[in-house]
Amino acid sequence: MEYIKLLGILIVVLGFALKLDSILIIVIAAFVTALVGGVDMVTLVETFGESFVSNRSMTIFILVMLVTGTMERNGLKEASSALIGRIKGATAGMVIAAYGVIRGAFGAFNVGIGGVAGFIRPVLIPMATGTVESKGHTVNENHLEQIKGMAAGIENISWFFCQVLFVGGSGALLVQGTLANLGYDVPLIRLAAVEIPVAIAGVAFGVIYYYLKDRRLSRKYYSKEK
Amino acid sequence: MEFFTSADIPVMTKLLEIVYIIIGLICLYTAGINLFDRENPSPWGTSAFWGSVGIVIAFGRWLPNIINGGLILLMSTSAILRLVKSGRDLAPTPEQTKAKFEKIGMKIFIPALSIGAFSLIFAFLGGNALVGTGFGVLVAMVLLFAFSSDNRPKVFFDDAARFLSIVGPTSMLPPLLAVLGTVFTLAGVGDVIADIVGRIIPQGNVNLGIVVYALGMVLFTMIMGNAFAAITVMTVGIGAPFVLAYGADPAAIVMLALTCGYCGTLLTPMAANFNIVPVAILDMKDKMGVIKNQILPAVFMIVFQIIYMIIIK
Repeated sequence: MEYIKLLGILIVVLGFALKLDSILIIVIAAFVTALVGGVDMVTLVETFGESFVSNRSMTIFILVMLVTGTMERNGLKEASSALIGRIKGATAGMVIAAYGVIRGAFGAFNVGIGGVAGFIRPVLIPMATGTVESKGHTVNENHLEQIKGMAAGIENISWFFCQVLFVGGSGALLVQGTLANLGYDVPLIRLAAVEIPVAIAGVAFGVIYYYLKDRRLSRKYYSKEK
Repeated sequence: MEFFTSADIPVMTKLLEIVYIIIGLICLYTAGINLFDRENPSPWGTSAFWGSVGIVIAFGRWLPNIINGGLILLMSTSAILRLVKSGRDLAPTPEQTKAKFEKIGMKIFIPALSIGAFSLIFAFLGGNALVGTGFGVLVAMVLLFAFSSDNRPKVFFDDAARFLSIVGPTSMLPPLLAVLGTVFTLAGVGDVIADIVGRIIPQGNVNLGIVVYALGMVLFTMIMGNAFAAITVMTVGIGAPFVLAYGADPAAIVMLALTCGYCGTLLTPMAANFNIVPVAILDMKDKMGVIKNQILPAVFMIVFQIIYMIIIK
Protein backbone atom coordinates (compact mmCIF):
# COMPACT_ATOMS: atom_id res chain seq x y z
CA MET A 1 0.00 0.00 0.00
CA GLU A 2 2.61 2.52 -1.10
CA TYR A 3 -0.12 4.63 -2.71
CA ILE A 4 -1.32 5.85 0.66
CA LYS A 5 1.74 8.13 0.68
CA LEU A 6 -0.02 10.17 -2.00
CA LEU A 7 -2.75 11.20 0.44
CA GLY A 8 -0.85 14.44 1.14
CA ILE A 9 -0.84 15.38 -2.55
CA LEU A 10 -4.55 14.61 -2.80
CA ILE A 11 -5.13 16.93 0.16
CA VAL A 12 -3.13 19.72 -1.52
CA VAL A 13 -4.97 19.38 -4.84
CA LEU A 14 -8.44 19.13 -3.30
CA GLY A 15 -7.72 21.75 -0.67
CA PHE A 16 -6.60 24.41 -3.15
CA ALA A 17 -9.40 23.48 -5.57
CA LEU A 18 -11.98 23.80 -2.77
CA LYS A 19 -10.46 27.16 -1.74
CA LEU A 20 -9.73 26.10 1.83
CA ASP A 21 -7.23 28.14 3.82
CA SER A 22 -3.85 27.63 2.10
CA ILE A 23 -1.78 27.38 5.28
CA LEU A 24 -4.28 24.91 6.77
CA ILE A 25 -3.94 22.72 3.67
CA ILE A 26 -0.15 22.76 3.89
CA VAL A 27 -0.04 21.90 7.59
CA ILE A 28 -2.60 19.08 7.28
CA ALA A 29 -0.89 17.67 4.16
CA ALA A 30 2.45 17.68 6.00
CA PHE A 31 1.04 15.93 9.08
CA VAL A 32 -0.86 13.32 7.05
CA THR A 33 2.17 12.64 4.82
CA ALA A 34 4.37 12.22 7.90
CA LEU A 35 1.81 9.90 9.48
CA VAL A 36 1.42 7.59 6.47
CA GLY A 37 5.08 7.86 5.54
CA GLY A 38 6.34 6.71 8.92
CA VAL A 39 7.89 10.03 9.99
CA ASP A 40 7.50 10.63 13.73
CA MET A 41 6.05 13.89 15.06
CA VAL A 42 9.24 15.23 16.66
CA THR A 43 11.12 14.75 13.38
CA LEU A 44 8.25 16.46 11.55
CA VAL A 45 8.34 19.55 13.80
CA GLU A 46 12.13 19.64 13.48
CA THR A 47 11.79 19.38 9.69
CA PHE A 48 9.38 22.36 9.77
CA GLY A 49 12.01 24.39 11.62
CA GLU A 50 15.03 23.25 9.66
CA SER A 51 13.40 23.57 6.24
CA PHE A 52 11.90 26.99 6.99
CA VAL A 53 15.26 28.32 8.17
CA SER A 54 17.03 27.00 5.06
CA ASN A 55 14.30 28.61 2.91
CA ARG A 56 14.42 32.01 4.63
CA SER A 57 15.67 33.45 1.34
CA MET A 58 12.02 33.40 0.21
CA THR A 59 11.27 36.18 2.68
CA ILE A 60 13.63 38.64 0.95
CA PHE A 61 10.56 40.47 -0.43
CA ILE A 62 10.03 41.78 3.11
CA LEU A 63 13.33 43.67 2.88
CA VAL A 64 12.23 45.21 -0.42
CA MET A 65 9.05 46.38 1.32
CA LEU A 66 11.21 48.85 3.25
CA VAL A 67 11.14 50.99 0.12
CA THR A 68 8.05 49.79 -1.83
CA GLY A 69 5.57 51.73 0.27
CA THR A 70 7.77 54.77 0.60
CA MET A 71 8.35 54.94 -3.16
CA GLU A 72 4.59 54.94 -3.67
CA ARG A 73 4.40 57.70 -1.05
CA ASN A 74 6.91 59.70 -3.09
CA GLY A 75 5.03 59.66 -6.39
CA LEU A 76 6.09 56.47 -8.24
CA LYS A 77 2.58 55.98 -9.62
CA GLU A 78 2.34 59.58 -10.83
CA ALA A 79 5.74 59.30 -12.51
CA SER A 80 4.69 56.10 -14.30
CA SER A 81 1.53 57.66 -15.70
CA ALA A 82 3.54 60.69 -16.83
CA LEU A 83 5.85 58.31 -18.69
CA ILE A 84 2.96 56.57 -20.51
CA GLY A 85 1.35 59.95 -21.23
CA ARG A 86 4.34 60.95 -23.34
CA ILE A 87 3.20 58.85 -26.32
CA LYS A 88 1.78 61.17 -28.96
CA GLY A 89 -1.38 60.41 -30.93
CA ALA A 90 -1.96 57.31 -28.90
CA THR A 91 -4.73 54.73 -29.22
CA ALA A 92 -6.13 52.64 -26.36
CA GLY A 93 -4.11 49.68 -27.64
CA MET A 94 -0.92 51.74 -27.59
CA VAL A 95 -1.57 52.88 -24.02
CA ILE A 96 -2.09 49.25 -22.96
CA ALA A 97 1.02 48.18 -24.86
CA ALA A 98 3.13 50.94 -23.28
CA TYR A 99 1.91 49.91 -19.85
CA GLY A 100 2.82 46.28 -20.63
CA VAL A 101 6.38 47.22 -21.53
CA ILE A 102 6.84 49.51 -18.52
CA ARG A 103 5.20 47.02 -16.16
CA GLY A 104 7.49 44.30 -17.50
CA ALA A 105 10.64 46.43 -17.23
CA PHE A 106 9.86 47.33 -13.64
CA GLY A 107 8.74 43.78 -12.89
CA ALA A 108 12.22 42.61 -13.86
CA PHE A 109 13.51 44.91 -11.14
CA ASN A 110 10.90 43.58 -8.72
CA VAL A 111 9.07 46.90 -8.56
CA GLY A 112 5.28 47.05 -8.72
CA ILE A 113 3.57 50.23 -9.87
CA GLY A 114 0.16 49.77 -8.35
CA GLY A 115 -1.58 46.83 -10.03
CA VAL A 116 -5.25 46.71 -11.01
CA ALA A 117 -6.63 48.60 -8.01
CA GLY A 118 -3.77 51.08 -7.68
CA PHE A 119 -2.98 51.88 -11.30
CA ILE A 120 -5.17 50.29 -13.97
CA ARG A 121 -8.52 51.45 -12.68
CA PRO A 122 -7.61 54.97 -11.55
CA VAL A 123 -4.98 55.81 -14.19
CA LEU A 124 -4.73 53.46 -17.17
CA ILE A 125 -8.42 52.99 -18.08
CA PRO A 126 -9.10 56.78 -18.09
CA MET A 127 -5.98 57.27 -20.24
CA ALA A 128 -7.15 54.59 -22.70
CA THR A 129 -10.71 55.89 -22.98
CA GLY A 130 -9.30 59.40 -23.23
CA THR A 131 -7.58 58.45 -26.49
CA VAL A 132 -10.95 57.42 -27.97
CA GLU A 133 -12.73 60.54 -26.74
CA SER A 134 -9.98 62.83 -27.99
CA LYS A 135 -10.85 61.70 -31.53
CA GLY A 136 -14.43 62.81 -30.99
CA HIS A 137 -16.03 59.41 -30.37
CA THR A 138 -18.10 58.16 -27.45
CA VAL A 139 -16.54 55.03 -26.00
CA ASN A 140 -18.49 51.98 -27.11
CA GLU A 141 -19.64 49.79 -24.21
CA ASN A 142 -18.24 46.56 -25.68
CA HIS A 143 -14.98 48.26 -26.56
CA LEU A 144 -14.68 49.49 -22.96
CA GLU A 145 -15.26 45.95 -21.66
CA GLN A 146 -12.47 44.67 -23.92
CA ILE A 147 -10.13 47.54 -22.93
CA LYS A 148 -10.60 46.52 -19.29
CA GLY A 149 -10.01 42.85 -20.07
CA MET A 150 -6.88 43.61 -22.09
CA ALA A 151 -5.50 45.95 -19.42
CA ALA A 152 -5.94 43.30 -16.70
CA GLY A 153 -4.49 40.73 -19.12
CA ILE A 154 -1.32 42.70 -19.88
CA GLU A 155 -0.91 43.37 -16.16
CA ASN A 156 -0.80 39.60 -15.53
CA ILE A 157 1.26 38.67 -18.59
CA SER A 158 3.96 41.32 -18.08
CA TRP A 159 4.22 40.66 -14.36
CA PHE A 160 4.25 36.84 -14.58
CA PHE A 161 6.88 36.52 -17.29
CA CYS A 162 9.11 39.44 -16.25
CA GLN A 163 9.25 39.07 -12.46
CA VAL A 164 11.22 35.84 -13.08
CA LEU A 165 14.04 38.01 -14.48
CA PHE A 166 14.64 39.46 -11.02
CA VAL A 167 17.62 37.67 -9.48
CA GLY A 168 16.22 36.44 -6.19
CA GLY A 169 12.49 36.60 -7.03
CA SER A 170 10.25 34.29 -5.02
CA GLY A 171 9.56 31.92 -7.95
CA ALA A 172 13.26 31.31 -8.60
CA LEU A 173 13.91 30.90 -4.87
CA LEU A 174 11.21 28.23 -4.66
CA VAL A 175 12.72 26.44 -7.67
CA GLN A 176 16.17 26.68 -6.07
CA GLY A 177 14.79 25.26 -2.80
CA THR A 178 12.88 22.46 -4.57
CA LEU A 179 16.01 21.48 -6.51
CA ALA A 180 18.14 21.62 -3.34
CA ASN A 181 15.76 19.06 -1.77
CA LEU A 182 16.47 16.80 -4.74
CA GLY A 183 20.23 17.29 -4.48
CA TYR A 184 20.76 19.78 -7.32
CA ASP A 185 22.57 23.04 -6.57
CA VAL A 186 21.67 25.83 -9.02
CA PRO A 187 22.68 29.52 -8.84
CA LEU A 188 19.91 32.16 -8.93
CA ILE A 189 21.51 34.05 -11.80
CA ARG A 190 21.10 31.00 -14.09
CA LEU A 191 17.43 30.71 -13.16
CA ALA A 192 16.95 34.34 -14.19
CA ALA A 193 19.03 34.05 -17.38
CA VAL A 194 17.06 31.09 -18.71
CA GLU A 195 13.86 33.17 -18.56
CA ILE A 196 15.11 36.03 -20.78
CA PRO A 197 13.62 34.62 -24.03
CA VAL A 198 10.40 33.76 -22.19
CA ALA A 199 10.00 37.30 -20.87
CA ILE A 200 10.66 38.85 -24.29
CA ALA A 201 8.31 36.45 -26.10
CA GLY A 202 5.56 36.83 -23.48
CA VAL A 203 5.53 40.63 -23.40
CA ALA A 204 5.98 40.93 -27.17
CA PHE A 205 3.11 38.56 -27.92
CA GLY A 206 0.81 40.20 -25.36
CA VAL A 207 1.59 43.73 -26.52
CA ILE A 208 1.20 42.99 -30.25
CA TYR A 209 -1.93 40.88 -29.76
CA TYR A 210 -3.70 43.57 -27.71
CA TYR A 211 -2.57 46.35 -30.03
CA LEU A 212 -4.01 44.52 -33.06
CA LYS A 213 -7.16 43.51 -31.22
CA ASP A 214 -7.79 47.12 -30.19
CA ARG A 215 -7.19 48.33 -33.74
CA ARG A 216 -9.73 45.82 -35.05
CA LEU A 217 -12.29 46.82 -32.39
CA SER A 218 -11.75 50.54 -33.03
CA ARG A 219 -12.42 50.08 -36.74
CA LYS A 220 -15.52 48.06 -35.98
CA TYR A 221 -17.04 50.53 -33.52
CA TYR A 222 -15.94 53.97 -34.74
CA SER A 223 -15.33 53.92 -38.49
CA LYS A 224 -18.99 54.49 -39.49
CA GLU A 225 -19.63 57.27 -37.00
CA LYS A 226 -18.13 60.02 -39.16
CA MET B 1 28.81 37.11 18.11
CA GLU B 2 31.28 34.31 17.48
CA PHE B 3 29.61 33.79 14.10
CA PHE B 4 30.36 37.33 12.93
CA THR B 5 33.93 37.47 14.24
CA SER B 6 35.02 34.02 13.04
CA ALA B 7 37.48 34.13 10.15
CA ASP B 8 36.33 30.74 8.83
CA ILE B 9 32.91 31.95 7.70
CA PRO B 10 32.78 33.74 4.30
CA VAL B 11 31.91 37.46 4.35
CA MET B 12 28.88 36.90 2.09
CA THR B 13 27.43 34.35 4.53
CA LYS B 14 27.81 36.85 7.37
CA LEU B 15 26.26 39.66 5.32
CA LEU B 16 23.36 37.40 4.32
CA GLU B 17 22.75 36.62 7.98
CA ILE B 18 22.63 40.38 8.67
CA VAL B 19 20.05 40.70 5.88
CA TYR B 20 17.95 38.01 7.61
CA ILE B 21 18.27 39.78 10.96
CA ILE B 22 16.96 43.00 9.36
CA ILE B 23 14.05 41.11 7.74
CA GLY B 24 13.29 39.52 11.11
CA LEU B 25 13.35 42.93 12.77
CA ILE B 26 10.85 44.29 10.21
CA CYS B 27 8.52 41.40 11.14
CA LEU B 28 9.04 42.03 14.85
CA TYR B 29 8.37 45.75 14.29
CA THR B 30 5.13 44.80 12.48
CA ALA B 31 4.25 42.57 15.45
CA GLY B 32 4.97 45.45 17.85
CA ILE B 33 2.91 48.16 16.16
CA ASN B 34 -0.05 45.82 15.64
CA LEU B 35 -0.01 44.85 19.31
CA PHE B 36 -0.56 48.47 20.31
CA ASP B 37 -2.86 49.38 17.43
CA ARG B 38 -6.34 49.95 18.87
CA GLU B 39 -7.86 49.71 15.39
CA ASN B 40 -6.57 46.16 14.89
CA PRO B 41 -9.42 43.76 15.74
CA SER B 42 -6.95 40.99 16.59
CA PRO B 43 -3.76 42.50 18.07
CA TRP B 44 -2.56 39.32 19.82
CA GLY B 45 -3.03 36.90 16.92
CA THR B 46 -1.44 39.35 14.48
CA SER B 47 1.55 39.88 16.77
CA ALA B 48 1.94 36.14 17.37
CA PHE B 49 2.10 35.60 13.60
CA TRP B 50 4.64 38.31 12.73
CA GLY B 51 6.53 37.85 15.99
CA SER B 52 7.12 34.12 15.62
CA VAL B 53 8.10 34.36 11.95
CA GLY B 54 10.35 37.31 12.83
CA ILE B 55 12.23 35.30 15.47
CA VAL B 56 12.74 32.36 13.10
CA ILE B 57 13.99 34.58 10.27
CA ALA B 58 16.31 36.68 12.44
CA PHE B 59 17.69 34.10 14.86
CA GLY B 60 16.67 30.70 13.43
CA ARG B 61 20.26 29.88 12.55
CA TRP B 62 21.16 29.77 16.25
CA LEU B 63 17.96 28.22 17.63
CA PRO B 64 17.32 24.45 17.93
CA ASN B 65 15.19 23.11 15.07
CA ILE B 66 12.46 21.96 17.42
CA ILE B 67 12.02 25.58 18.65
CA ASN B 68 12.01 26.93 15.08
CA GLY B 69 9.47 24.26 14.10
CA GLY B 70 7.29 25.11 17.10
CA LEU B 71 7.36 28.82 16.20
CA ILE B 72 6.41 28.06 12.59
CA LEU B 73 3.49 25.97 13.82
CA LEU B 74 2.46 28.84 16.13
CA MET B 75 2.63 31.20 13.15
CA SER B 76 0.57 28.79 11.03
CA THR B 77 -2.01 28.34 13.78
CA SER B 78 -2.67 32.05 14.14
CA ALA B 79 -3.12 32.27 10.36
CA ILE B 80 -5.41 29.21 10.22
CA LEU B 81 -7.58 30.60 13.03
CA ARG B 82 -7.86 33.83 11.00
CA LEU B 83 -6.38 35.86 13.83
CA VAL B 84 -4.01 37.82 11.57
CA LYS B 85 -5.51 41.20 10.66
CA SER B 86 -4.27 44.58 9.60
CA GLY B 87 -4.77 47.66 11.70
CA ARG B 88 -4.77 51.38 10.99
CA ASP B 89 -4.38 52.27 7.33
CA LEU B 90 -1.56 54.78 7.03
CA ALA B 91 -1.64 54.95 3.24
CA PRO B 92 -0.71 58.33 1.75
CA THR B 93 -3.49 60.43 0.22
CA PRO B 94 -3.44 61.22 -3.53
CA GLU B 95 -2.73 64.86 -2.62
CA GLN B 96 0.38 63.84 -0.69
CA THR B 97 1.77 61.62 -3.45
CA LYS B 98 0.99 64.25 -6.08
CA ALA B 99 2.86 66.90 -4.10
CA LYS B 100 5.86 64.56 -3.78
CA PHE B 101 5.77 63.85 -7.51
CA GLU B 102 5.85 67.56 -8.27
CA LYS B 103 8.92 67.85 -6.06
CA ILE B 104 10.81 64.66 -7.01
CA GLY B 105 9.49 63.87 -10.51
CA MET B 106 11.02 61.17 -12.67
CA LYS B 107 14.02 60.80 -10.34
CA ILE B 108 11.85 58.40 -8.31
CA PHE B 109 12.70 55.73 -10.91
CA ILE B 110 16.34 55.66 -9.77
CA PRO B 111 15.74 54.11 -6.34
CA ALA B 112 13.06 51.90 -7.92
CA LEU B 113 15.60 50.40 -10.29
CA SER B 114 18.55 50.31 -7.88
CA ILE B 115 17.28 47.21 -6.03
CA GLY B 116 17.23 44.94 -9.08
CA ALA B 117 20.40 46.52 -10.45
CA PHE B 118 22.42 45.70 -7.35
CA SER B 119 21.03 42.13 -7.14
CA LEU B 120 22.22 41.65 -10.70
CA ILE B 121 25.63 43.26 -10.12
CA PHE B 122 26.28 41.17 -7.00
CA ALA B 123 25.21 37.99 -8.79
CA PHE B 124 27.49 38.76 -11.75
CA LEU B 125 30.48 39.48 -9.54
CA GLY B 126 30.02 36.12 -7.86
CA GLY B 127 28.60 37.54 -4.65
CA ASN B 128 25.26 36.66 -3.18
CA ALA B 129 22.29 38.08 -5.15
CA LEU B 130 20.27 38.51 -1.96
CA VAL B 131 23.02 40.53 -0.30
CA GLY B 132 22.90 42.61 -3.50
CA THR B 133 19.16 43.11 -3.00
CA GLY B 134 19.89 44.28 0.54
CA PHE B 135 22.54 46.68 -0.71
CA GLY B 136 20.14 47.99 -3.38
CA VAL B 137 17.47 48.60 -0.75
CA LEU B 138 20.02 50.53 1.31
CA VAL B 139 20.96 52.67 -1.71
CA ALA B 140 17.27 53.25 -2.47
CA MET B 141 16.67 54.42 1.11
CA VAL B 142 19.61 56.83 0.99
CA LEU B 143 18.36 58.25 -2.33
CA LEU B 144 14.81 58.63 -1.04
CA PHE B 145 16.15 60.48 1.99
CA ALA B 146 18.23 62.70 -0.30
CA PHE B 147 15.11 63.51 -2.38
CA SER B 148 13.04 64.37 0.66
CA SER B 149 14.10 64.55 4.28
CA ASP B 150 10.58 63.35 5.24
CA ASN B 151 11.79 59.86 4.37
CA ARG B 152 13.27 58.89 7.73
CA PRO B 153 13.86 55.37 9.07
CA LYS B 154 10.51 55.39 10.89
CA VAL B 155 8.69 56.11 7.62
CA PHE B 156 10.44 53.17 5.89
CA PHE B 157 9.61 50.80 8.75
CA ASP B 158 6.01 52.02 9.03
CA ASP B 159 5.46 51.65 5.28
CA ALA B 160 7.03 48.16 5.32
CA ALA B 161 4.78 47.14 8.22
CA ARG B 162 1.78 48.56 6.35
CA PHE B 163 2.56 46.57 3.19
CA LEU B 164 3.31 43.43 5.19
CA SER B 165 -0.05 43.75 6.94
CA ILE B 166 -1.78 44.15 3.56
CA VAL B 167 -0.27 40.99 2.04
CA GLY B 168 -0.77 39.11 5.31
CA PRO B 169 -0.26 35.37 5.87
CA THR B 170 -0.45 34.57 2.13
CA SER B 171 3.07 35.97 1.83
CA MET B 172 4.39 33.01 3.83
CA LEU B 173 3.09 30.47 1.26
CA PRO B 174 6.35 30.00 -0.71
CA PRO B 175 8.53 29.02 2.30
CA LEU B 176 5.71 26.86 3.72
CA LEU B 177 5.29 25.09 0.37
CA ALA B 178 9.04 24.48 0.36
CA VAL B 179 8.67 22.92 3.83
CA LEU B 180 5.88 20.69 2.51
CA GLY B 181 8.15 19.69 -0.39
CA THR B 182 10.82 18.64 2.13
CA VAL B 183 8.25 16.54 4.01
CA PHE B 184 7.14 14.89 0.74
CA THR B 185 10.73 14.01 -0.09
CA LEU B 186 11.35 12.73 3.44
CA ALA B 187 8.33 10.42 3.25
CA GLY B 188 9.27 9.11 -0.20
CA VAL B 189 6.27 10.55 -2.06
CA GLY B 190 8.28 11.20 -5.21
CA ASP B 191 9.19 7.53 -5.61
CA VAL B 192 5.53 6.52 -5.53
CA ILE B 193 4.49 9.04 -8.21
CA ALA B 194 7.47 8.12 -10.34
CA ASP B 195 6.37 4.49 -10.09
CA ILE B 196 2.83 5.29 -11.27
CA VAL B 197 3.79 7.69 -14.06
CA GLY B 198 6.47 5.21 -15.15
CA ARG B 199 3.76 2.73 -16.08
CA ILE B 200 2.09 5.28 -18.34
CA ILE B 201 5.01 6.99 -20.05
CA PRO B 202 8.13 5.05 -20.97
CA GLN B 203 11.28 5.92 -19.02
CA GLY B 204 14.14 7.32 -21.02
CA ASN B 205 12.16 9.43 -23.49
CA VAL B 206 13.26 12.83 -22.19
CA ASN B 207 11.29 14.89 -24.72
CA LEU B 208 8.07 13.11 -23.84
CA GLY B 209 8.94 13.64 -20.17
CA ILE B 210 9.33 17.39 -20.81
CA VAL B 211 5.94 17.60 -22.55
CA VAL B 212 4.19 15.69 -19.75
CA TYR B 213 5.97 17.76 -17.07
CA ALA B 214 5.12 21.10 -18.77
CA LEU B 215 1.49 20.24 -19.50
CA GLY B 216 1.17 18.70 -16.04
CA MET B 217 2.30 22.03 -14.57
CA VAL B 218 -0.33 23.89 -16.63
CA LEU B 219 -3.08 21.47 -15.61
CA PHE B 220 -2.15 21.22 -11.91
CA THR B 221 -1.88 25.00 -11.69
CA MET B 222 -5.30 25.37 -13.30
CA ILE B 223 -6.81 22.96 -10.76
CA MET B 224 -5.03 24.38 -7.72
CA GLY B 225 -4.95 28.00 -8.88
CA ASN B 226 -1.37 28.28 -7.64
CA ALA B 227 1.79 27.51 -9.63
CA PHE B 228 3.95 27.51 -6.49
CA ALA B 229 1.93 24.64 -5.01
CA ALA B 230 2.03 22.78 -8.33
CA ILE B 231 5.81 23.06 -8.89
CA THR B 232 6.72 21.30 -5.61
CA VAL B 233 4.44 18.32 -6.36
CA MET B 234 5.17 18.05 -10.10
CA THR B 235 8.95 18.36 -9.79
CA VAL B 236 9.22 15.62 -7.18
CA GLY B 237 6.81 13.36 -9.09
CA ILE B 238 7.56 13.95 -12.79
CA GLY B 239 10.32 16.50 -13.33
CA ALA B 240 13.00 14.74 -11.32
CA PRO B 241 12.42 11.06 -12.28
CA PHE B 242 11.45 11.54 -15.95
CA VAL B 243 13.48 14.54 -17.07
CA LEU B 244 16.29 15.45 -14.68
CA ALA B 245 17.31 11.84 -14.04
CA TYR B 246 18.41 11.63 -17.69
CA GLY B 247 20.84 14.49 -17.42
CA ALA B 248 18.63 17.40 -18.54
CA ASP B 249 19.70 20.80 -17.18
CA PRO B 250 17.83 21.18 -13.86
CA ALA B 251 18.02 25.00 -13.77
CA ALA B 252 16.48 25.41 -17.23
CA ILE B 253 13.87 22.66 -17.03
CA VAL B 254 12.41 23.38 -13.59
CA MET B 255 12.46 27.17 -13.96
CA LEU B 256 10.67 26.97 -17.32
CA ALA B 257 8.21 24.47 -15.85
CA LEU B 258 7.33 27.16 -13.31
CA THR B 259 6.56 29.68 -16.05
CA CYS B 260 4.52 26.96 -17.84
CA GLY B 261 2.59 26.86 -14.58
CA TYR B 262 2.09 30.64 -14.87
CA CYS B 263 0.34 29.97 -18.22
CA GLY B 264 -2.03 27.76 -16.24
CA THR B 265 -2.56 30.70 -13.86
CA LEU B 266 -3.62 32.84 -16.85
CA LEU B 267 -6.27 30.27 -17.78
CA THR B 268 -8.05 29.49 -14.54
CA PRO B 269 -10.75 31.18 -12.45
CA MET B 270 -9.14 29.36 -9.50
CA ALA B 271 -6.44 32.06 -9.56
CA ALA B 272 -9.07 34.53 -8.39
CA ASN B 273 -6.60 37.23 -7.36
CA PHE B 274 -5.37 37.63 -10.91
CA ASN B 275 -8.42 36.76 -13.01
CA ILE B 276 -11.62 37.29 -11.03
CA VAL B 277 -10.84 40.09 -8.56
CA PRO B 278 -9.85 42.45 -11.44
CA VAL B 279 -13.27 41.83 -13.04
CA ALA B 280 -14.85 43.20 -9.88
CA ILE B 281 -12.38 46.06 -9.45
CA LEU B 282 -12.86 47.18 -13.06
CA ASP B 283 -16.68 46.73 -13.06
CA MET B 284 -16.62 44.31 -15.98
CA LYS B 285 -19.77 42.53 -17.14
CA ASP B 286 -18.27 39.21 -18.19
CA LYS B 287 -16.90 37.29 -15.20
CA MET B 288 -14.48 35.47 -17.51
CA GLY B 289 -13.61 38.68 -19.41
CA VAL B 290 -10.00 38.75 -18.20
CA ILE B 291 -9.35 35.03 -18.82
CA LYS B 292 -10.80 35.24 -22.36
CA ASN B 293 -8.25 37.92 -23.19
CA GLN B 294 -5.45 35.71 -21.87
CA ILE B 295 -6.22 32.42 -23.68
CA LEU B 296 -4.26 33.13 -26.87
CA PRO B 297 -1.13 34.50 -25.10
CA ALA B 298 -1.16 31.57 -22.64
CA VAL B 299 -1.45 28.92 -25.36
CA PHE B 300 1.30 30.63 -27.38
CA MET B 301 3.59 30.69 -24.35
CA ILE B 302 2.97 27.02 -23.51
CA VAL B 303 3.98 25.95 -27.02
CA PHE B 304 6.92 28.39 -27.06
CA GLN B 305 8.26 27.14 -23.73
CA ILE B 306 7.91 23.42 -24.52
CA ILE B 307 9.89 23.89 -27.72
CA TYR B 308 12.45 26.02 -25.84
CA MET B 309 12.81 23.36 -23.12
CA ILE B 310 13.36 20.61 -25.68
CA ILE B 311 16.00 22.70 -27.46
CA ILE B 312 18.06 23.76 -24.45
CA LYS B 313 17.68 20.67 -22.25
